[in-house]
Amino acid sequence: MTIPAARDTSEYTNGAAPPPLLLVEGLGHGHLGPVGLTLAQGECLALHGPSGAGKSVLLRAIVDLDPNQGRVSLAGTHRDATPAPEWRRRVAYLPAEAGWWTPLVRDHFTDPAAATPLLDALGLNPDSLAWPVARLSTGERQRLGLARCLLNNPEVLLLDEPTSALDSDNTSRVESLLQDRLVHGIGIILVTHDALQAKRIANRVVELRGGRLVTADPSQP
Amino acid sequence: MNGYVALSNWDLAAAAVLLILNAALSLWLQLGLARQLLIAGLRMTIQLLLVGLVLKFLFAVVSPWLTGAAMLFMAAVAGYEVMARQTHGLRGLWRYGLGFSTMMAAAGMVTLAALTVQIQPDPWYDPRYAIPLFGMILGNAMTGIALGLNTLTETVTREKIAIEAQLLLGADRWHAMRPFTRKALTSGFMPIINAMAATGIVSLPGMMTGQILAGVEPTQAVRYQLLIMFLIGGATGLGVLLAVLGGVWRLSDDRHRLRLDRLL
Repeated sequence: MTIPAARDTSEYTNGAAPPPLLLVEGLGHGHLGPVGLTLAQGECLALHGPSGAGKSVLLRAIVDLDPNQGRVSLAGTHRDATPAPEWRRRVAYLPAEAGWWTPLVRDHFTDPAAATPLLDALGLNPDSLAWPVARLSTGERQRLGLARCLLNNPEVLLLDEPTSALDSDNTSRVESLLQDRLVHGIGIILVTHDALQAKRIANRVVELRGGRLVTADPSQP
Repeated sequence: MNGYVALSNWDLAAAAVLLILNAALSLWLQLGLARQLLIAGLRMTIQLLLVGLVLKFLFAVVSPWLTGAAMLFMAAVAGYEVMARQTHGLRGLWRYGLGFSTMMAAAGMVTLAALTVQIQPDPWYDPRYAIPLFGMILGNAMTGIALGLNTLTETVTREKIAIEAQLLLGADRWHAMRPFTRKALTSGFMPIINAMAATGIVSLPGMMTGQILAGVEPTQAVRYQLLIMFLIGGATGLGVLLAVLGGVWRLSDDRHRLRLDRLL
């Protein structure tokens, strides 16, 4: 554990290369891994694989939501050196299903007023903040979940099929919002079953097979 | 003051006929309760007769050690009851230990305070006071803790997505569990709150009724009942709080993860 850490540091301090935005080494949990990957600033990595391959397990392990082994660092800072709540604000994971813990939509936002421009960009009714959660459609829940997550201004976004419940208009709204964030330097790992979506916004495609990452064949989208 | 009517075995047998009548009614209506009713009645009779003998012995010897041992036994049985009432209990030693230890701590502290500050028997550990007092406090703390822990584990299991949604947005474990911790505390406190609200109007408490039947002045019996209710309220509140917070602590870890893998 200590030897690679020392080597990493010397690499960075020599100025040979800045540390990658996200560095995952030897990450494992149950049948998953060990998995290693890097993500640069402004890079979008699409992740696909059959259901049950462990895509969500991998994303949960990166944000430390399940006990796991391995090293994860953000811009050279190791995960264990950061309190978990702060880590999850900087490396945000958006699960496929958004969770709600009080009856009103508004109470799920720390600063509801700050959400307005995002709601607009996502094609959501600005009044939806005052609604009860029970009134939301599946697609509205999914987009509000994304808005809530983006308001933390994460440096890395781990998205688990973020447009699965959306029509094509709203899907392109989400995609252009993500592309805008990529331009501003965040990194994204996107789990998607939509090869065309991967083609539209991802720089690289990897596949999770049998708990290991394999580079996807570019000739087969 | 001490003019109470002693009961003979015949008096009891006559009263027991009521239970047998109920059983007969159940057979006639085919409710299938007769067996359960009779077994429970028989169990109660044997248990109470034995307890009477044990108490008679304990009251005669007035030993702090034997009194303490009896109280520990009572708490051990209550700990088992708490465990048996959990649908998704904690794994390992926690399953028994959390209920037992919080109940023992809350009921023990409150009983000790009542004996040394309010009632002050001589000696202070006189089992005539210590054991019934501890028993009443323990029984109520047991109900509260069992309900509180059961609600906590059920709610947390059901609301996994909601709790993790908050953790993922950067909430710490206490904050993420707060709505559900509150729910568990409320259900643990509810029986004692209801009991306090209804006491004296809807029902005359058993202990007070007993004292009045045994010849104690009603106003004095009321004072005893109030003391007991305050003690019960205090111990139940303390016990439920300790048990539920302990449960929240055990169901999460220092990396602020929800640990449902620690549930059965």
